[in-house]
Amino acid sequence: MAKVSMVVNGKPVSGEVEPRTLLVHFLRETLRLTGTHVGCDTSQCGACVVHVDGAAIKSCTTLAVSCEGAHVTTIEGLAQGDRLHPMQEAFRDNHGLQCGFCTPGMIMTAVDMVNRKGNRLDETTIRHELEGNICRCTGYHNIVKAVAAGAANMPAKAAAE
Amino acid sequence: MYEFTHHAATSVADAVGALGEGKFLAGGQTLLPTMKQRLAMPGHLVDLGKVAELRGVEEKGDVLVVKAMTRHVEVATSALVARAVPGLEKLAGMIGDPAVRNRGTIGGSIANNDPTADYPAACLALKATIVTNTRRISADDYFTGLFSTALEDGELITAVEFPKAKLHYAKFPNPASRYAMVGVAIVKGADGVRVAVTGSGGDGVFRWSEAEAKLKADFSAGALEGMKADAAGMMSDIHGSAEYRAHLVGVMARRALSES
Ligand SMILES: Cc1cc2nc3c(=O)[nH]c(=O)nc-3n(C[C@H](O)[C@H](O)[C@H](O)COP(=O)(O)OP(=O)(O)OC[C@H]3O[C@@H](n4cnc5c(N)ncnc54)[C@H](O)[C@@H]3O)c2cc1C
Ligand code: FES
Ligand code: FES
Repeated sequence: MAKVSMVVNGKPVSGEVEPRTLLVHFLRETLRLTGTHVGCDTSQCGACVVHVDGAAIKSCTTLAVSCEGAHVTTIEGLAQGDRLHPMQEAFRDNHGLQCGFCTPGMIMTAVDMVNRKGNRLDETTIRHELEGNICRCTGYHNIVKAVAAGAANMPAKAAAE
Repeated sequence: MYEFTHHAATSVADAVGALGEGKFLAGGQTLLPTMKQRLAMPGHLVDLGKVAELRGVEEKGDVLVVKAMTRHVEVATSALVARAVPGLEKLAGMIGDPAVRNRGTIGGSIANNDPTADYPAACLALKATIVTNTRRISADDYFTGLFSTALEDGELITAVEFPKAKLHYAKFPNPASRYAMVGVAIVKGADGVRVAVTGSGGDGVFRWSEAEAKLKADFSAGALEGMKADAAGMMSDIHGSAEYRAHLVGVMARRALSES
Protein backbone atom coordinates (compact mmCIF):
# COMPACT_ATOMS: atom_id res chain seq x y z
CA MET A 1 0.00 0.00 0.00
CA ALA A 2 1.08 3.57 -0.60
CA LYS A 3 -0.13 6.74 1.00
CA VAL A 4 -1.43 9.36 -1.39
CA SER A 5 -2.46 12.94 -0.64
CA MET A 6 -4.14 15.37 -2.97
CA VAL A 7 -6.54 18.29 -2.94
CA VAL A 8 -9.89 17.25 -4.41
CA ASN A 9 -12.49 19.91 -5.11
CA GLY A 10 -10.64 22.24 -2.76
CA LYS A 11 -10.41 19.81 0.17
CA PRO A 12 -7.15 18.10 1.19
CA VAL A 13 -7.66 14.34 1.22
CA SER A 14 -5.38 11.38 1.74
CA GLY A 15 -5.73 7.65 1.69
CA GLU A 16 -3.92 4.34 1.55
CA VAL A 17 -4.06 2.89 -1.94
CA GLU A 18 -2.49 0.03 -3.84
CA PRO A 19 -0.20 1.32 -6.59
CA ARG A 20 -2.52 -0.25 -9.18
CA THR A 21 -5.44 1.94 -8.06
CA LEU A 22 -6.56 4.13 -10.93
CA LEU A 23 -7.41 7.73 -10.13
CA VAL A 24 -11.04 7.09 -11.07
CA HIS A 25 -11.27 4.27 -8.53
CA PHE A 26 -9.71 6.41 -5.83
CA LEU A 27 -12.29 9.12 -6.55
CA ARG A 28 -15.29 6.81 -6.79
CA GLU A 29 -14.50 4.12 -4.24
CA THR A 30 -12.30 5.75 -1.62
CA LEU A 31 -13.74 9.27 -1.75
CA ARG A 32 -17.23 8.17 -2.85
CA LEU A 33 -17.31 10.85 -5.54
CA THR A 34 -19.33 8.79 -8.00
CA GLY A 35 -20.07 11.59 -10.46
CA THR A 36 -16.98 10.60 -12.45
CA HIS A 37 -17.95 7.61 -14.59
CA VAL A 38 -16.17 4.67 -16.17
CA GLY A 39 -17.56 4.14 -19.63
CA CYS A 40 -14.99 2.09 -21.49
CA ASP A 41 -11.97 1.66 -19.20
CA THR A 42 -9.89 1.62 -22.41
CA SER A 43 -9.07 5.36 -22.70
CA GLN A 44 -11.52 6.01 -25.52
CA CYS A 45 -14.77 7.48 -24.22
CA GLY A 46 -13.94 10.37 -21.89
CA ALA A 47 -16.69 9.60 -19.32
CA CYS A 48 -13.94 9.64 -16.68
CA VAL A 49 -12.46 13.07 -17.48
CA VAL A 50 -11.45 15.16 -14.46
CA HIS A 51 -9.04 18.07 -14.12
CA VAL A 52 -5.60 17.43 -12.61
CA ASP A 53 -3.65 20.61 -11.92
CA GLY A 54 -5.97 22.43 -14.30
CA ALA A 55 -5.74 20.01 -17.25
CA ALA A 56 -8.46 17.61 -18.41
CA ILE A 57 -7.29 14.00 -18.23
CA LYS A 58 -8.80 10.54 -18.41
CA SER A 59 -8.87 9.29 -14.81
CA CYS A 60 -9.16 5.67 -15.96
CA THR A 61 -5.73 6.04 -17.56
CA THR A 62 -3.88 7.64 -14.65
CA LEU A 63 -2.69 6.03 -11.43
CA ALA A 64 -3.81 7.61 -8.18
CA VAL A 65 -0.18 7.49 -6.94
CA SER A 66 0.90 9.56 -9.96
CA CYS A 67 -1.34 12.36 -8.64
CA GLU A 68 0.45 12.75 -5.30
CA GLY A 69 0.25 16.42 -4.34
CA ALA A 70 -2.03 17.33 -7.25
CA HIS A 71 -5.13 19.51 -7.32
CA VAL A 72 -8.04 17.54 -8.73
CA THR A 73 -11.44 18.86 -9.76
CA THR A 74 -14.34 16.51 -10.47
CA ILE A 75 -17.87 17.21 -11.65
CA GLU A 76 -18.90 17.51 -7.98
CA GLY A 77 -16.54 20.47 -7.65
CA LEU A 78 -18.18 22.70 -10.24
CA ALA A 79 -21.46 23.81 -8.64
CA GLN A 80 -21.40 26.45 -5.92
CA GLY A 81 -23.83 25.15 -3.32
CA ASP A 82 -27.21 24.97 -5.05
CA ARG A 83 -26.07 27.06 -7.99
CA LEU A 84 -25.05 25.00 -10.99
CA HIS A 85 -21.91 25.95 -12.93
CA PRO A 86 -22.81 27.81 -16.17
CA MET A 87 -21.70 24.78 -18.21
CA GLN A 88 -23.97 22.45 -16.20
CA GLU A 89 -26.82 24.93 -16.58
CA ALA A 90 -26.23 25.08 -20.33
CA PHE A 91 -26.40 21.28 -20.67
CA ARG A 92 -29.75 21.38 -18.86
CA ASP A 93 -31.13 24.31 -20.88
CA ASN A 94 -30.07 22.85 -24.23
CA HIS A 95 -31.09 19.29 -23.52
CA GLY A 96 -27.43 18.31 -23.92
CA LEU A 97 -27.97 14.87 -22.44
CA GLN A 98 -30.24 11.87 -22.57
CA CYS A 99 -29.09 9.05 -20.27
CA GLY A 100 -26.46 11.35 -18.75
CA PHE A 101 -23.70 8.77 -18.54
CA CYS A 102 -21.25 10.72 -20.68
CA THR A 103 -22.28 14.08 -19.22
CA PRO A 104 -19.76 14.51 -16.38
CA GLY A 105 -16.89 13.89 -18.79
CA MET A 106 -18.44 16.12 -21.45
CA ILE A 107 -18.81 18.97 -18.98
CA MET A 108 -15.30 18.63 -17.55
CA THR A 109 -13.91 18.57 -21.10
CA ALA A 110 -16.04 21.59 -22.03
CA VAL A 111 -14.85 23.64 -19.06
CA ASP A 112 -11.23 22.78 -19.91
CA MET A 113 -11.93 23.82 -23.51
CA VAL A 114 -13.11 27.26 -22.37
CA ASN A 115 -10.12 27.61 -20.05
CA ARG A 116 -7.80 27.07 -23.02
CA LYS A 117 -9.74 28.53 -25.93
CA GLY A 118 -11.87 31.28 -24.44
CA ASN A 119 -15.59 32.03 -24.30
CA ARG A 120 -16.40 32.23 -27.99
CA LEU A 121 -16.28 28.74 -29.46
CA ASP A 122 -17.50 27.87 -32.94
CA GLU A 123 -19.00 24.55 -33.87
CA THR A 124 -15.91 23.24 -35.65
CA THR A 125 -13.70 23.94 -32.64
CA ILE A 126 -16.16 22.33 -30.25
CA ARG A 127 -16.53 19.18 -32.34
CA HIS A 128 -12.77 18.89 -32.76
CA GLU A 129 -12.15 19.37 -29.06
CA LEU A 130 -14.78 16.74 -28.17
CA GLU A 131 -12.98 14.02 -30.13
CA GLY A 132 -12.09 12.20 -26.91
CA ASN A 133 -15.65 12.13 -25.57
CA ILE A 134 -18.15 9.62 -26.83
CA CYS A 135 -21.93 9.84 -26.39
CA ARG A 136 -24.08 6.94 -27.45
CA CYS A 137 -27.41 8.75 -27.03
CA THR A 138 -27.64 12.30 -28.23
CA GLY A 139 -26.03 12.44 -31.67
CA TYR A 140 -23.95 15.33 -30.29
CA HIS A 141 -25.93 18.25 -31.78
CA ASN A 142 -27.34 19.41 -28.46
CA ILE A 143 -24.04 18.79 -26.70
CA VAL A 144 -22.34 21.12 -29.16
CA LYS A 145 -25.05 23.75 -28.60
CA ALA A 146 -24.74 23.35 -24.84
CA VAL A 147 -20.96 23.78 -24.90
CA ALA A 148 -21.23 26.96 -26.99
CA ALA A 149 -23.90 28.38 -24.67
CA GLY A 150 -22.05 27.37 -21.50
CA ALA A 151 -18.82 28.86 -22.84
CA ALA A 152 -20.55 32.16 -23.56
CA ASN A 153 -22.01 32.21 -20.05
CA MET A 154 -18.79 31.40 -18.21
CA PRO A 155 -17.01 34.42 -16.75
CA ALA A 156 -14.47 35.81 -19.20
CA LYS A 157 -11.72 35.80 -16.59
CA ALA A 158 -11.84 32.01 -16.62
CA ALA A 159 -10.41 32.05 -20.12
CA ALA A 160 -6.67 31.55 -20.31
CA GLU A 161 -6.17 33.42 -23.57
CA MET B 1 -5.54 -4.13 -13.14
CA TYR B 2 -3.10 -6.66 -11.66
CA GLU B 3 -0.76 -5.87 -8.75
CA PHE B 4 2.59 -4.16 -9.17
CA THR B 5 4.95 -1.92 -7.21
CA HIS B 6 5.55 1.76 -7.96
CA HIS B 7 8.48 4.10 -7.48
CA ALA B 8 8.16 7.85 -8.05
CA ALA B 9 11.57 8.75 -9.49
CA THR B 10 13.15 12.06 -8.52
CA SER B 11 15.94 12.22 -11.11
CA VAL B 12 17.26 10.43 -14.19
CA ALA B 13 19.86 8.61 -12.08
CA ASP B 14 17.22 7.55 -9.55
CA ALA B 15 14.90 6.34 -12.33
CA VAL B 16 17.56 4.24 -14.03
CA GLY B 17 18.77 2.86 -10.70
CA ALA B 18 15.28 1.89 -9.53
CA LEU B 19 14.17 0.16 -12.73
CA GLY B 20 15.31 -3.43 -12.16
CA GLU B 21 12.99 -5.69 -14.17
CA GLY B 22 10.35 -2.94 -14.27
CA LYS B 23 9.19 -0.46 -16.87
CA PHE B 24 9.24 3.33 -17.02
CA LEU B 25 5.84 5.01 -16.70
CA ALA B 26 5.62 8.29 -18.62
CA GLY B 27 2.12 9.59 -19.49
CA GLY B 28 0.67 6.11 -19.16
CA GLN B 29 -1.56 6.61 -22.21
CA THR B 30 -0.23 3.49 -23.87
CA LEU B 31 1.32 1.55 -21.01
CA LEU B 32 -1.66 1.54 -18.62
CA PRO B 33 -4.21 0.36 -21.25
CA THR B 34 -1.68 -2.30 -22.32
CA MET B 35 -1.28 -3.47 -18.73
CA LYS B 36 -5.05 -3.57 -18.18
CA GLN B 37 -5.23 -5.98 -21.10
CA ARG B 38 -2.23 -7.95 -19.76
CA LEU B 39 -0.42 -7.39 -23.07
CA ALA B 40 2.49 -6.19 -20.94
CA MET B 41 2.79 -7.24 -17.30
CA PRO B 42 5.66 -5.42 -15.61
CA GLY B 43 5.78 -6.10 -11.87
CA HIS B 44 7.31 -2.72 -11.13
CA LEU B 45 6.79 0.78 -12.53
CA VAL B 46 9.22 3.66 -12.27
CA ASP B 47 7.13 6.80 -12.62
CA LEU B 48 8.89 9.63 -14.48
CA GLY B 49 6.13 12.16 -13.80
CA LYS B 50 8.00 14.08 -11.13
CA VAL B 51 11.44 14.15 -12.77
CA ALA B 52 11.84 17.88 -13.43
CA GLU B 53 15.03 17.49 -15.48
CA LEU B 54 13.06 15.51 -18.11
CA ARG B 55 10.56 18.27 -18.74
CA GLY B 56 10.54 21.22 -21.15
CA VAL B 57 11.75 22.51 -24.51
CA GLU B 58 14.84 24.59 -25.21
CA GLU B 59 16.97 25.89 -28.06
CA LYS B 60 20.59 24.73 -28.29
CA GLY B 61 22.37 26.33 -31.24
CA ASP B 62 20.73 25.00 -34.36
CA VAL B 63 18.68 22.32 -32.65
CA LEU B 64 15.42 22.27 -30.74
CA VAL B 65 15.62 20.05 -27.66
CA VAL B 66 12.36 18.48 -26.51
CA LYS B 67 12.91 16.65 -23.24
CA ALA B 68 11.37 13.22 -22.89
CA MET B 69 8.57 14.00 -20.43
CA THR B 70 7.31 17.01 -22.36
CA ARG B 71 3.58 16.45 -22.87
CA HIS B 72 2.01 16.69 -26.32
CA VAL B 73 0.01 19.75 -25.21
CA GLU B 74 3.23 21.55 -24.25
CA VAL B 75 4.74 20.99 -27.70
CA ALA B 76 1.44 21.91 -29.38
CA THR B 77 1.27 25.28 -27.60
CA SER B 78 4.97 26.20 -27.43
CA ALA B 79 5.92 29.41 -29.23
CA LEU B 80 9.55 28.25 -29.21
CA VAL B 81 8.67 25.00 -31.00
CA ALA B 82 6.56 26.87 -33.55
CA ARG B 83 9.47 29.19 -34.30
CA ALA B 84 12.31 26.63 -34.30
CA VAL B 85 10.59 23.72 -36.07
CA PRO B 86 7.40 25.17 -37.54
CA GLY B 87 4.92 22.37 -38.14
CA LEU B 88 6.02 20.22 -35.19
CA GLU B 89 3.56 22.06 -32.93
CA LYS B 90 0.76 21.27 -35.38
CA LEU B 91 1.71 17.60 -35.46
CA ALA B 92 1.64 17.43 -31.65
CA GLY B 93 -1.79 19.08 -31.69
CA MET B 94 -3.12 16.31 -33.97
CA ILE B 95 -2.25 13.48 -31.56
CA GLY B 96 -5.28 11.75 -30.05
CA ASP B 97 -7.62 14.07 -28.19
CA PRO B 98 -7.14 16.87 -25.63
CA ALA B 99 -7.03 14.54 -22.60
CA VAL B 100 -4.48 12.27 -24.26
CA ARG B 101 -2.35 15.30 -25.19
CA ASN B 102 -2.48 16.49 -21.58
CA ARG B 103 -0.78 13.28 -20.37
CA GLY B 104 1.08 11.68 -23.28
CA THR B 105 4.78 12.47 -23.75
CA ILE B 106 7.23 12.51 -26.64
CA GLY B 107 9.52 10.04 -24.85
CA GLY B 108 6.69 7.57 -24.35
CA SER B 109 5.61 7.89 -27.96
CA ILE B 110 9.10 7.39 -29.36
CA ALA B 111 9.89 4.51 -26.96
CA ASN B 112 6.69 2.76 -27.94
CA ASN B 113 7.13 3.27 -31.71
CA ASP B 114 3.55 2.44 -32.58
CA PRO B 115 3.40 2.04 -36.40
CA THR B 116 0.50 4.51 -36.46
CA ALA B 117 2.00 7.15 -34.14
CA ASP B 118 2.80 10.67 -35.34
CA TYR B 119 6.13 11.59 -33.72
CA PRO B 120 8.15 8.81 -35.41
CA ALA B 121 7.41 10.42 -38.80
CA ALA B 122 8.62 13.80 -37.56
CA CYS B 123 11.79 12.28 -36.08
CA LEU B 124 12.66 10.42 -39.25
CA ALA B 125 11.88 13.27 -41.66
CA LEU B 126 13.83 15.79 -39.58
CA LYS B 127 16.61 13.28 -38.85
CA ALA B 128 16.26 13.89 -35.14
CA THR B 129 18.69 12.55 -32.57
CA ILE B 130 17.28 10.44 -29.78
CA VAL B 131 19.25 11.18 -26.62
CA THR B 132 19.31 8.54 -23.88
CA ASN B 133 20.99 8.23 -20.51
CA THR B 134 23.91 6.47 -22.19
CA ARG B 135 24.20 7.60 -25.84
CA ARG B 136 22.88 9.51 -28.84
CA ILE B 137 21.04 7.62 -31.58
CA SER B 138 20.23 8.99 -35.03
CA ALA B 139 16.59 8.55 -36.03
CA ASP B 140 17.95 6.66 -39.05
CA ASP B 141 19.14 3.88 -36.73
CA TYR B 142 16.53 4.16 -34.03
CA PHE B 143 13.22 2.90 -35.50
CA THR B 144 13.76 -0.80 -36.12
CA GLY B 145 10.27 -2.14 -36.83
CA LEU B 146 6.79 -2.57 -35.34
CA PHE B 147 6.88 -1.40 -31.72
CA SER B 148 10.62 -1.94 -31.79
CA THR B 149 13.53 0.47 -31.40
CA ALA B 150 17.28 0.50 -30.89
CA LEU B 151 16.79 1.05 -27.13
CA GLU B 152 18.45 -1.49 -24.84
CA ASP B 153 16.62 -2.87 -21.81
CA GLY B 154 16.63 -0.24 -19.10
CA GLU B 155 17.78 2.57 -21.40
CA LEU B 156 15.99 5.85 -20.72
CA ILE B 157 15.23 8.44 -23.39
CA THR B 158 16.06 11.84 -21.94
CA ALA B 159 15.37 14.09 -24.94
CA VAL B 160 14.79 14.32 -28.67
CA GLU B 161 16.89 16.85 -30.61
CA PHE B 162 15.37 18.22 -33.82
CA PRO B 163 17.50 20.16 -36.32
CA LYS B 164 15.73 23.44 -37.02
CA ALA B 165 13.73 23.19 -40.23
CA LYS B 166 10.18 23.48 -41.41
CA LEU B 167 8.12 20.32 -41.04
CA HIS B 168 5.31 19.69 -43.52
CA TYR B 169 2.90 17.13 -42.12
CA ALA B 170 -0.50 15.86 -43.15
CA LYS B 171 -2.39 13.07 -41.46
CA PHE B 172 -5.48 11.09 -42.31
CA PRO B 173 -6.64 10.06 -38.85
CA ASN B 174 -8.49 6.84 -38.22
CA PRO B 175 -11.87 8.37 -37.37
CA ALA B 176 -12.29 6.16 -34.29
CA SER B 177 -8.85 6.03 -32.68
CA ARG B 178 -7.35 9.31 -34.04
CA TYR B 179 -4.09 7.47 -34.76
CA ALA B 180 -2.74 7.91 -38.29
CA MET B 181 -4.17 5.74 -41.06
CA VAL B 182 -1.50 7.53 -43.03
CA GLY B 183 0.69 10.41 -41.94
CA VAL B 184 3.35 11.94 -44.21
CA ALA B 185 6.12 14.21 -42.94
CA ILE B 186 8.27 16.13 -45.43
CA VAL B 187 11.36 18.20 -44.69
CA LYS B 188 13.80 20.07 -46.91
CA GLY B 189 16.81 20.60 -44.68
CA ALA B 190 20.56 20.23 -44.35
CA ASP B 191 20.23 16.55 -45.32
CA GLY B 192 18.28 17.27 -48.48
CA VAL B 193 14.67 16.25 -48.89
CA ARG B 194 13.35 13.57 -46.55
CA VAL B 195 9.86 12.06 -46.71
CA ALA B 196 8.73 9.84 -43.82
CA VAL B 197 5.50 7.86 -43.77
CA THR B 198 3.71 6.58 -40.70
CA GLY B 199 0.45 4.70 -40.17
CA SER B 200 0.72 2.39 -43.12
CA GLY B 201 4.05 0.57 -43.22
CA GLY B 202 4.00 -3.08 -42.21
CA ASP B 203 7.36 -2.47 -40.53
CA GLY B 204 6.43 0.88 -39.04
CA VAL B 205 7.64 4.31 -40.11
CA PHE B 206 9.63 4.36 -43.38
CA ARG B 207 11.13 6.76 -45.92
CA TRP B 208 9.53 7.14 -49.32
CA SER B 209 12.54 7.46 -51.59
CA GLU B 210 10.63 7.79 -54.90
CA ALA B 211 8.94 10.92 -53.57
CA GLU B 212 12.24 12.25 -52.22
CA ALA B 213 13.80 11.92 -55.70
CA LYS B 214 10.96 13.88 -57.32
CA LEU B 215 11.02 16.58 -54.66
CA LYS B 216 14.77 17.05 -54.98
CA ALA B 217 14.19 18.44 -58.47
CA ASP B 218 11.00 20.34 -57.66
CA PHE B 219 9.94 20.85 -54.05
CA SER B 220 6.21 21.21 -54.60
CA ALA B 221 2.98 19.26 -54.34
CA GLY B 222 2.81 19.31 -58.14
CA ALA B 223 5.99 17.24 -58.40
CA LEU B 224 4.13 14.37 -56.73
CA GLU B 225 1.10 14.53 -59.01
CA GLY B 226 -0.40 11.08 -59.60
CA MET B 227 2.14 9.30 -57.38
CA LYS B 228 1.25 6.62 -54.91
CA ALA B 229 3.39 4.42 -52.71
CA ASP B 230 4.09 0.75 -53.38
CA ALA B 231 1.29 -1.33 -51.84
CA ALA B 232 3.65 -4.23 -51.14
CA GLY B 233 4.60 -4.06 -47.48
CA MET B 234 1.68 -1.82 -46.51
CA MET B 235 -0.58 -2.71 -43.60
CA SER B 236 -3.94 -4.07 -44.57
CA ASP B 237 -6.79 -4.34 -42.07
CA ILE B 238 -10.49 -3.60 -41.58
CA HIS B 239 -9.72 0.12 -41.69
CA GLY B 240 -8.14 0.07 -45.12
CA SER B 241 -6.53 -2.23 -47.65
CA ALA B 242 -2.87 -1.97 -48.62
CA GLU B 243 -3.87 -0.43 -51.98
CA TYR B 244 -6.04 2.16 -50.26
CA ARG B 245 -3.23 3.12 -47.90
CA ALA B 246 -0.70 3.28 -50.74
CA HIS B 247 -2.98 5.71 -52.56
CA LEU B 248 -3.53 7.74 -49.39
CA VAL B 249 0.24 8.14 -48.94
CA GLY B 250 0.36 10.10 -52.21
CA VAL B 251 -2.65 12.19 -51.26
CA MET B 252 -1.24 13.04 -47.82
CA ALA B 253 2.20 13.84 -49.25
CA ARG B 254 0.66 16.35 -51.68
CA ARG B 255 -1.53 17.74 -48.92
CA ALA B 256 1.49 18.12 -46.60
CA LEU B 257 3.13 20.39 -49.18
CA SER B 258 0.07 22.30 -50.30
CA GLU B 259 -1.49 22.92 -46.90
CA SER B 260 1.38 23.30 -44.44
C1 LIG C 1 -7.30 7.49 -27.13
C2 LIG C 1 -5.85 7.61 -27.55
C3 LIG C 1 -5.54 8.17 -28.77
C4 LIG C 1 -4.23 8.29 -29.18
N1 LIG C 1 -3.98 8.85 -30.39
C5 LIG C 1 -2.70 8.97 -30.82
C6 LIG C 1 -2.40 9.57 -32.08
O1 LIG C 1 -3.28 10.01 -32.81
N2 LIG C 1 -1.10 9.65 -32.46
C7 LIG C 1 -0.08 9.20 -31.66
O2 LIG C 1 1.07 9.34 -32.05
N3 LIG C 1 -0.34 8.67 -30.46
C8 LIG C 1 -1.62 8.53 -30.01
N4 LIG C 1 -1.86 8.00 -28.78
C9 LIG C 1 -0.72 7.55 -27.95
C10 LIG C 1 -0.21 8.70 -27.10
O3 LIG C 1 0.45 9.64 -27.94
C11 LIG C 1 0.77 8.25 -26.01
O4 LIG C 1 1.12 9.41 -25.39
C12 LIG C 1 2.04 7.58 -26.44
O5 LIG C 1 1.84 6.48 -27.25
C13 LIG C 1 2.80 7.05 -25.23
O6 LIG C 1 3.25 8.08 -24.46
P1 LIG C 1 3.10 8.06 -22.89
O7 LIG C 1 3.85 9.23 -22.40
O8 LIG C 1 1.69 7.96 -22.51
O9 LIG C 1 3.93 6.75 -22.50
P2 LIG C 1 3.60 5.50 -21.58
O10 LIG C 1 2.32 4.89 -21.97
O11 LIG C 1 3.79 5.86 -20.16
O12 LIG C 1 4.81 4.55 -22.01
C14 LIG C 1 4.86 3.90 -23.27
C15 LIG C 1 6.10 3.01 -23.35
O13 LIG C 1 7.28 3.79 -23.42
C16 LIG C 1 8.17 3.51 -22.36
N5 LIG C 1 8.77 4.79 -21.98
C17 LIG C 1 8.09 5.92 -21.63
N6 LIG C 1 8.94 6.95 -21.46
C18 LIG C 1 10.18 6.47 -21.70
C19 LIG C 1 11.47 7.07 -21.69
N7 LIG C 1 11.67 8.37 -21.41
N8 LIG C 1 12.54 6.29 -21.99
C20 LIG C 1 12.37 4.98 -22.31
N9 LIG C 1 11.16 4.36 -22.34
C21 LIG C 1 10.08 5.10 -22.04
C22 LIG C 1 7.32 2.87 -21.29
O14 LIG C 1 8.05 2.03 -20.46
C23 LIG C 1 6.30 2.13 -22.13
O15 LIG C 1 6.82 0.90 -22.57
C24 LIG C 1 -3.17 7.86 -28.34
C25 LIG C 1 -3.47 7.30 -27.10
C26 LIG C 1 -4.79 7.18 -26.69
C27 LIG C 1 -5.09 6.58 -25.36
S1 FES D 1 -13.64 5.35 -18.93
FE1 FES D 1 -11.87 6.53 -19.18
S2 FES D 1 -11.91 7.00 -21.27
FE2 FES D 1 -13.64 5.69 -21.07
S1 FES E 1 -26.33 11.05 -22.92
FE1 FES E 1 -26.22 8.90 -22.89
S2 FES E 1 -24.13 8.59 -23.40
FE2 FES E 1 -24.34 10.67 -23.71
